[in-house]
Order: sequence, then C-alpha cells, then structure tokens
Amino acid sequence: MADTVIKATDLNLAFSTDDGQVEALRDVNLDIRKGEFVSLIGPSGCGKTSFLRVVAALESPTGGALTVNGMRPDEARRARAYGYVFQAAGLYPWRTIAANVRLPLEIMRYDREERNERVRRVIDLVGLSGFENRFPWQLSGGMQQRASIARALAFDADILLMDEPFGALDEIVRDHLNEQLLSLWRRTGKTIGFVTHSIPEAVYLSNRIVVMSPRPGRITAIIESDLPDERPLEIRDSPEFIAIARRVRQELRAGGFDD
Amino acid sequence: MINRLVAAALPVTLVTAAIIAAWYVAAVSLNSEWAEKQAERAGTELTWRELIAETMSQERPRLAAPHQVMTELWDTVVNKKITSKRSLVFHGRITLSATILGFVIGTALGILLAVGIVHNRAMDLGVMPWAIASQAIPILALAPMIIVVLYSIGLSGLLPKAVISAYLSFFPVVVGMVAGLRSPESMDMDLLDTYAANRWQIFWKLRLPASMPFLFASLKVGVAASLVGAIVGELPTGAVAGLGARLLAGSYYGQTIQIWSALLAAAALAAMLVGLIGLAQKITLSRMGLAG
Repeated sequence: MADTVIKATDLNLAFSTDDGQVEALRDVNLDIRKGEFVSLIGPSGCGKTSFLRVVAALESPTGGALTVNGMRPDEARRARAYGYVFQAAGLYPWRTIAANVRLPLEIMRYDREERNERVRRVIDLVGLSGFENRFPWQLSGGMQQRASIARALAFDADILLMDEPFGALDEIVRDHLNEQLLSLWRRTGKTIGFVTHSIPEAVYLSNRIVVMSPRPGRITAIIESDLPDERPLEIRDSPEFIAIARRVRQELRAGGFDD
Repeated sequence: MINRLVAAALPVTLVTAAIIAAWYVAAVSLNSEWAEKQAERAGTELTWRELIAETMSQERPRLAAPHQVMTELWDTVVNKKITSKRSLVFHGRITLSATILGFVIGTALGILLAVGIVHNRAMDLGVMPWAIASQAIPILALAPMIIVVLYSIGLSGLLPKAVISAYLSFFPVVVGMVAGLRSPESMDMDLLDTYAANRWQIFWKLRLPASMPFLFASLKVGVAASLVGAIVGELPTGAVAGLGARLLAGSYYGQTIQIWSALLAAAALAAMLVGLIGLAQKITLSRMGLAG
C-alpha cells in the first residue's frame, strides 16, 4: 500500500539474559498508514515498548523486516522521520524549557533564526508560552511532559512515537493531555504510534488498537475503532466507546498475562 | 538574619574554642618537663602559675602554644616585607604558584584521561589500573626521583614542584569525571540517539554538562592534593623557598613555632583554594539550574 509509513513483516526480537533467551517480539506483522493514530496495548512484557524501540532503531530486530517510510529504521532516523516521546519527560535539568525544545534543532544544525522560530511555534502549540525560561524542576509533571512533546515536534518529523508518555501522571492531568494530544494530531496530521497500558486511553485516542500479549511478545488482535474523529471527553460514556473498550479487555484477557 | 548568622557561627566557634583549649592543655603538659628541668638547674622552685607561664613562652617548645603561633604568624605575614625571605607571604606565594600550575596540569590531564576512558574501551581497561597504582606509591618516596630526573634534563624551579602537584591532583579528577561523564541515564542517551547525534554532540550536549557537579566535587579534593604535592615537592629541593622549605628549615633548627605557623598558613591557603572552588561551583551550578 502506497501510504504505509511503518511496515513490520514477521518481525522478531530476542534478548539474551542471564535466564536465557527472551522473545520480546515474535512474528509481528503490522502496517501503520499515514496519518493514523495507532495504540499498542498489553501487559508488561508484551513487547509494545520493544516494538516502538525497533521502529526508532534503538533495538535491532533479530529476524524479519521493518521499514519506516520505505527505509531501514536507522536510515529513517537519519532522515529525521520520527520524534520520540519517552515514559518520563527526560528534559535535561541544566537546560531551560526553550533550550530543551531547541536541543534536537541544535543537533540537526538548524540555523539560529529558524531554531528560535520553531521553538516559539511548538511551545505555543503545547500551551507552554511564558514558561520558556523556566528550568524543568520549576514545572509540574504534566507541563514537563508537554515540553517533551514539543521537543519531539520541533523538527518536522511526520511520525510521532510515544512510549507511555502519560503513564506517570494523575488521571485528571492525563485526561487533559489526551484531549490536547488529539487536537494536536488533528491539526498536524502526524502519524502516531502510542504505547499505553490504559484501555480508556487507547480507545479514546486511536483509529486502531493493537492488542499484544507476553511470552513471547506478539500481536493477538487488531481492533478498528469507528468512533468519529471529533471526540469530546464525554464520548467515553457512549455505548460505542464502551463496546470497543469491552472488546479490547476481552482480547487482553484472552492473551493472558504475567502477574 | 542576625539570628541565622549566629546559629551558623556558633558550632564553628564552639569547636574552635574546644580545639584551642585542648591545645593549651597539651602545650602545658608537654612543655612542663623542660621548664621544671630548667628550674632545677637554676636551683629554684616554680609555683603553679610560674610553671604554666613558663610552658607558654619557651623559644623552642615541644608544642607551641596557640598565641605563640599567632604572634609568629602576625609577625611573618604582616610585619615583614613580602619580598623578605622571612615573610610567610613570600614563601606562600611560591608554594601557591606551584600549586596552581600543578592543579591546572593535573585537572587538564584528569579530564583528558576521563574523556579517553569513557570513549575508548582499550583506555578504560588500560589506564584506570595504572591511575590507581600511581596513587599507591607514597609521594614522599617519589618526589625526590621526579626532582632529580627533571633536574637532569634541565628542568628546575617551579615546574618539578608543579609536576608532583599534578601527580596528586589528576587522580580525583579522573575518578570524578569518569563517574560524571557516565552519569547520564540510558533514556537521556536514547533521546540523543533518536536525533542521530554523533559522539562529539553527545559529549558536548549531554555527558559534559551532566558531569559538572562531579567535576567540582573532584576539584575540591584535587586542589587540596595539589597544595600537598607542592609542599612535598619543596622538601627535597634543599630548602630554598616555599612553605615546604619553611617547614624543613624549621625542623632542622627545632623552630617548632615556625613549623606550626607554616602549617597553619598552608591550612589557610588550602581552605581559601577550596573556598574559591566552592564559589565557582555555586555560581556555575546555579546558572545551570542545578542549584547544588
């Protein structure tokens, strides 16, 4: 398909540990199309984060193939294909918010004028105008995570990879950021790969929900969402939303988990 | 504000007072033997008061009393011209210049070695054991060798002392900087990987700024070691000049008061150097938002 941006074919990833081989991913096949919001959900050890890390070329697959925009992951990385948002905001404490957002632009050698313009634009986009000169510790956890999203958006990557970005935040902040992320996605038309272990979050945000299960890490179901693009928070009380959430929960339970 | 100042000064004052009191007690008990012998030879008997007064005014006491040391310090720091060979400022400046040169060399060497160790596996395995072994050799044994070897290739004066000083001060910098350059967490490194940053960029944008708190802690240890190195370096030079020479001359002639005042001057110098680095640390880290 022409508009496939991430394509995994029989993807395998194994780690050697003291307890022997661990299969983080086994025979994973997944196509993510341009402009899609795809969530990966599953219990710990199901390989959802590992999949994202393979896409970002932070891990090398031990079998199968994966392409990003038709390129190998490391080529795609050099072509600035994606921005990555980690579980923790991971802002450098010695840099102000603006300087943190500017970091990728410095490394990618944007000129000074363009750097300042882009920093201003993405900080505005995530609603942090006025906090440019604060240091990270002066901001709440939610604001720090917004700054880290701004940092991933600062260069024009078409793909945004997000690894449980809101996992450490309380539910009220998380709801708020979910709403903002959806509106940001609609405005920018980015392709988003989003890892979560929250069923409501996955259903609320996604076009498609990829359910994974552990030992070995694999995809057990892919659930299409027919919710409208415009999603107020109240949509979570609608029968359609509840029906999708129920299907996700059933698939998760069928996949089993380690506890 | 004043209350807080008092609260901060009180513990220091108490400890100082306790040390001075203990010092006087020790001076009386160590010096009384000589005073009693003197009295015996003169065929006189000393009262308690006379005995105590005697123990505090000897010319070459076993343990100089604090006020004797202070008087000597005042005399040799303030009353002598700083160009005079009897001025402690004259000797202090000589030691200080060797200390600073040695500290700069040692710090530069320590940082370079740490950068190499962090970036090169062969250096990681090869250099660290030698660095540790180097510190296991008593500097007192090594210093004369360094002086002799450098003299034979025509180097004397400031540089040999600075080399000994650097020999002592590079080590804490290596250890601290290796830990500091390795302190970024794997997520911080992964982030730069996702930007396809090269090693040079990872060093400047992440490793180096992350190492700053470690560097300053090492510099404080390093500068004190530098001073020790410079003083030790002055001992085998035939007691020409410097605080070390002053110590040596004092011990040749049993001038305990002179030894103690040189020791106190060295301690004050060390405190001043460590204080300056602490100040630089405070300014740098608070500018970096790492209020430490």
